Amino acid sequence: MSDHKREIRYKEAIAEAHMQSLEKYPNTFIMGPGVADTTGIFGTTKPAAEHFGPLRVFDTPTSENTLTGIGIGAAVVGMRPVLVHARNDFLFLTLDQIINQGSKWSYMSGGVLKVPFLIRAIIGRGWGQGSQHSQSLQALFMHFPGLQIIMPVTPHDAKGMILSAMESDRPTICLEHRWLYDKTGNVPPEYYTVPIGKGRIVREGKDITIVALSQMVLDAEAAALELEKDGISVEIIDLRSLRPLDTDIILNSVKKTKRLIVCDTDWKTAGASAEILALVSELAHGTLIAPPVRIGNADTPTPCTQALEALYYPNADTIVSAARDTMGVSSVPRQPISDVSHKPFSGPF
Amino acid sequence: MNRDSAKKIYKALVRSRRFDEKVGELYTEQEIKCPVHLSLGHEGSAAGVCAALETKDKVWAGHRCHAATVSKGAAFRPLFAELYGKATGCSRGKGGSMHFVAPEVGVMGSSAVIGASIPLALGSALAAKIRKEDSVSVVFFGDGGVEQGTFHESMNFASLHKLPVIFVLENNDMSTATRLSLRQANHDLWKHAEQYKIPGFRVDGGEPQEVFNIAQKAVSSARSGGGPTLIEVMVERWAAHVLTNAGYKPVTGKKDPVSNFEKFAKEQGFLTEKEINEIKVSTENELTDALIFAKESPYPIPEELNLHV
Repeated sequence: MSDHKREIRYKEAIAEAHMQSLEKYPNTFIMGPGVADTTGIFGTTKPAAEHFGPLRVFDTPTSENTLTGIGIGAAVVGMRPVLVHARNDFLFLTLDQIINQGSKWSYMSGGVLKVPFLIRAIIGRGWGQGSQHSQSLQALFMHFPGLQIIMPVTPHDAKGMILSAMESDRPTICLEHRWLYDKTGNVPPEYYTVPIGKGRIVREGKDITIVALSQMVLDAEAAALELEKDGISVEIIDLRSLRPLDTDIILNSVKKTKRLIVCDTDWKTAGASAEILALVSELAHGTLIAPPVRIGNADTPTPCTQALEALYYPNADTIVSAARDTMGVSSVPRQPISDVSHKPFSGPF
Repeated sequence: MNRDSAKKIYKALVRSRRFDEKVGELYTEQEIKCPVHLSLGHEGSAAGVCAALETKDKVWAGHRCHAATVSKGAAFRPLFAELYGKATGCSRGKGGSMHFVAPEVGVMGSSAVIGASIPLALGSALAAKIRKEDSVSVVFFGDGGVEQGTFHESMNFASLHKLPVIFVLENNDMSTATRLSLRQANHDLWKHAEQYKIPGFRVDGGEPQEVFNIAQKAVSSARSGGGPTLIEVMVERWAAHVLTNAGYKPVTGKKDPVSNFEKFAKEQGFLTEKEINEIKVSTENELTDALIFAKESPYPIPEELNLHV
């Protein structure tokens, strides 16, 4: 990898990954409702659609389950398809194909047949996206053997992990938070991969481990800066993948800090955060010196109005306050920091 | 139809028939420990269609996948070994009766979820289109499959993209044990083709030569860029939906594709008595050999559990 520093946006990094994989692998194609329309899934598929044309990047009917089956069938005969959904929520329509067919075709054929298939889906949030445009389905999919679930946070990882998925012989679901799309970061222009199944230490610390997913990594970073003022040293882990899960990176950190907060973009009940707590209690029993904490969405469907949305989602302040409680630091009133943790998403959709 | 295709059809018919009769006979031994859905009575469909295909063409099927797999040319050994759960099975014992594969002859797998393999066939057809290959994809499914969204979504997509795919709808009037009349409003299933602007046909599965003739037209159209075809094959299911411990008691329905075709081929001079006999004998030999192979093969080693996930 070169030392060349180039800052581009998350969505541009995804677009570049598609361009490079379509260039490198003639068996790659991209399909989905809107991938070749004028906006091209927030620009992520637009350059590929313009460059490679309708045989390899094409719009489809809104038949999500069948499209998933088409991707699986094409993958089984050696193609490397990509299916894109503008929202996570539409994946519910595709569960039979992803779970009953795609995740099992290799196993059911004794490994003779493979399913190299990338499914991208976007997690919406804010601007009144409401109950059916803002769900976050990592917990559902991480349950099933045979799938890979990735949630890249940085533009660098978005490109590198998508390219890893394109090289993988397994079906991979990439969940992308819409709020990350305009974030910038260093992305090498050349082709590179970031391994699936390895977490990333975002910052090292000694007092509390914060395991965060997707957008919550950015909130955790903002919280960590604030917590420094209290003398609390936070270690942040960006898991990046949920299946395979980087168990070691979690356990090693928890053994060091002895305190754990898990921040998810999903509900807590039977969620990824519950799985991580279960893992720590099984494999690092007795390590924690304070009760572990899960931070997730309110246990309701997503409300539309901003007045309730603000209550529904956790933010950097939620993390700061949970960390103070975990450390037993008395609460000193401070200015909320959540507004500076990210440039608020602006609409319209 | 010529002598070669007649031989291909008859061989597929006899192999499919004897394969499933043998499975039914052995099931009472309780050594085949997986659910089996026999194709007995259905054979005219897969035998007729597969005789119109080449090895490079792809086949996908549903839970009742034995005749399709055998007709496409899969060898008996790995199939019987699979039924016996052995490491030498076509899926190393991990798939079983409902998920036969034989990629070496173009059998890409079968799904035990009704209608689920229909879009998979579109996938391999789309792959052929993108790669500019002239292979054709065929999916076998039942009348129950028509009740799924995947059928209608796939008919639309295949028509829109003129994919080289053939939908073979084996109508046995039964979904497990529920008659078509209790399940669907339109019983002319082949007519669904019309609304998706593709050719649709209905043919008697008891007359494999008729199935072959239509399949040949469909294959030729698909191979030359003409797009998909829907073929409704009227068949009888002679065995129960899934075998019970009582096994299969031989029955013959009103129409028997095997004896019908044998008579037709002899009358037309496509097959001689000698050729017919040779096919029967070689099938029995293959059965005997495959059974010994399956029974003597080892079970998968424990490490296999975690492989191929």
